Amino acid sequence: MIWNDDFETLPREAIESLQLKRLRQTLERVYATVPFYRERFQREKVTPDMIKSLDDLRRVPFTLKQDMRDNYPYGLFAVALDQIVRIHASSGTTGKPTVVGYTRRDIDMWSELMARSFVAAGAHRGDVIHNAYGYGLFTGGLGAHYGAEKLGASVIPMSGGNTKKQIMIMQDFGSTILTCTPSYSLYLAEAAADEGVDIRDFKLRVGIFGAEPWSESIRREIEEKLNLKAIDIYGLSEILGPGVAIECVEAQKGLHIWEDHFIPEIIDPDSGDVLPPGELGELVITTITKEGIPMIRYRTRDITRLIHEPCICGRTHARLERMSGRSDDMLIIRGVNVFPSQIESVLMDIEGVEPHYQLIVEREGNLDTLEVQVEVNEETFSDEIKVLQDLSGRIRKEIKDLLGITCRVRLVEPKSIARSEGKAKRVIDRRGQF
Amino acid sequence: MYVEQISIFIENKSGRLAEVTRCLGEAGVNIRALSLADTSDFGILRLIVDKHDVAQKQLKEAGFTVSKTEVVAVEVPDRPTGLHGILKILDQGGVNVEYMYAFVERCGANAVIIFRFDDAAEAIKVLTGNGVRVLEGERIYSM
Repeated sequence: MIWNDDFETLPREAIESLQLKRLRQTLERVYATVPFYRERFQREKVTPDMIKSLDDLRRVPFTLKQDMRDNYPYGLFAVALDQIVRIHASSGTTGKPTVVGYTRRDIDMWSELMARSFVAAGAHRGDVIHNAYGYGLFTGGLGAHYGAEKLGASVIPMSGGNTKKQIMIMQDFGSTILTCTPSYSLYLAEAAADEGVDIRDFKLRVGIFGAEPWSESIRREIEEKLNLKAIDIYGLSEILGPGVAIECVEAQKGLHIWEDHFIPEIIDPDSGDVLPPGELGELVITTITKEGIPMIRYRTRDITRLIHEPCICGRTHARLERMSGRSDDMLIIRGVNVFPSQIESVLMDIEGVEPHYQLIVEREGNLDTLEVQVEVNEETFSDEIKVLQDLSGRIRKEIKDLLGITCRVRLVEPKSIARSEGKAKRVIDRRGQF
Repeated sequence: MYVEQISIFIENKSGRLAEVTRCLGEAGVNIRALSLADTSDFGILRLIVDKHDVAQKQLKEAGFTVSKTEVVAVEVPDRPTGLHGILKILDQGGVNVEYMYAFVERCGANAVIIFRFDDAAEAIKVLTGNGVRVLEGERIYSM
């Protein structure tokens, strides 16, 4: 099934001419209304009228997450605040979040794209959508919620946590669609088993999972343990939130990115050059319909490739291969963005702690775990156990306060963390090894 | 009246203790007393040795985190209630014991216990005031 036949199956040429038209409108608008873009374009000697083809987009400068931080909170908004009906935010390295604003039309567009995504995943009116994405500043909960209402399905606004209750409601309310992070779905299955119920017997038919990287082997595990089709959804708050791209249930191979609203490019993360079609590189997205905070050539740092081959589902929009990593060092742990620099700042604020640390990310059972290894030196060392335990307890607490995630702190001997000549290897992510 | 103790941070993995003893052995350092406090991740090895300066230097060079602490060596009658008598004196004197461990050798007819106090000076005052013998460092290193 297809939600919006007119747009989702547009021929290639029609998509591209629509993209060009909308791109030029967007560039003219941001040039006129957002000082940040105007100054940056002028510095690069680019004006909107120079962009005469989609190929010309590569002449336009990139936008980085740092630009959002530098213009915190509203500097990149292209409309006055009285046009903004919703504000979301995601975590940032300095504790300052990245802020995005939506006009009423943006919310409508987002709802439309989430409705398309639900249908692509196999959902329809009559479905009971159990939405366990967090409601709040995070875009996941409300983004999925509005799409589910737009679709006309019955949405249960569960939000995250309270696992026992989630299981009871899923069972009693006859939920047919589950939306949450992939790791939480496995946790739900495990918790259900502990309660003595088999989640495989529930009415769940489809799970729509995103907000953290996951592999094909995890997909198989989820499908087997929850007895449903596991669909990968992609989104980021800077661009929209959930619903930027999604797999279709027919192929489950690559995520259709809604090209009437976004222009995806794949670049070499080092040189910034656009790569030939089909090559693996960093995904760059330009929004071409968003009003509140249009994003021009936003560097997502996600590594993928674009698939242009026609899909068996009939949609003509290009697909993103499942994300194979990130070009920077941001970690997504239990759905929370974590930058090693955030943990570094916590450690460096504690007197005597060495700048040598390492983050070990693993998956124990179904949940991501973070271990912070810190070298003990003469200043922090003591002959008393309690002093060292207080140190690790303090680090654990301050990380929890800043990031909201619980970690394990492990004190290690000096020089036991491998040193590097160039960029230090701060992160060992063992989650990919399934 | 104090005894120098060296403490070494040891990660909880195989071979680390042996590395400490290898270092000390090569430097000709003899261990007089020891205690190992352990947690799930790491341990703290506390040693009284005959040449603590040599030991500290050698271990540091081998990459260990080492610190020196002043502890108190107390002569304890080697009979039932011997230790209890000492602890009672400390308790009555309001002195808190952080940790303690026994010395390998005896001092005449008495045992020797190494104490780490939160306030060592006060502890010594309380002990000696109650007629308990506190041993000098030099005596301990050469026992």
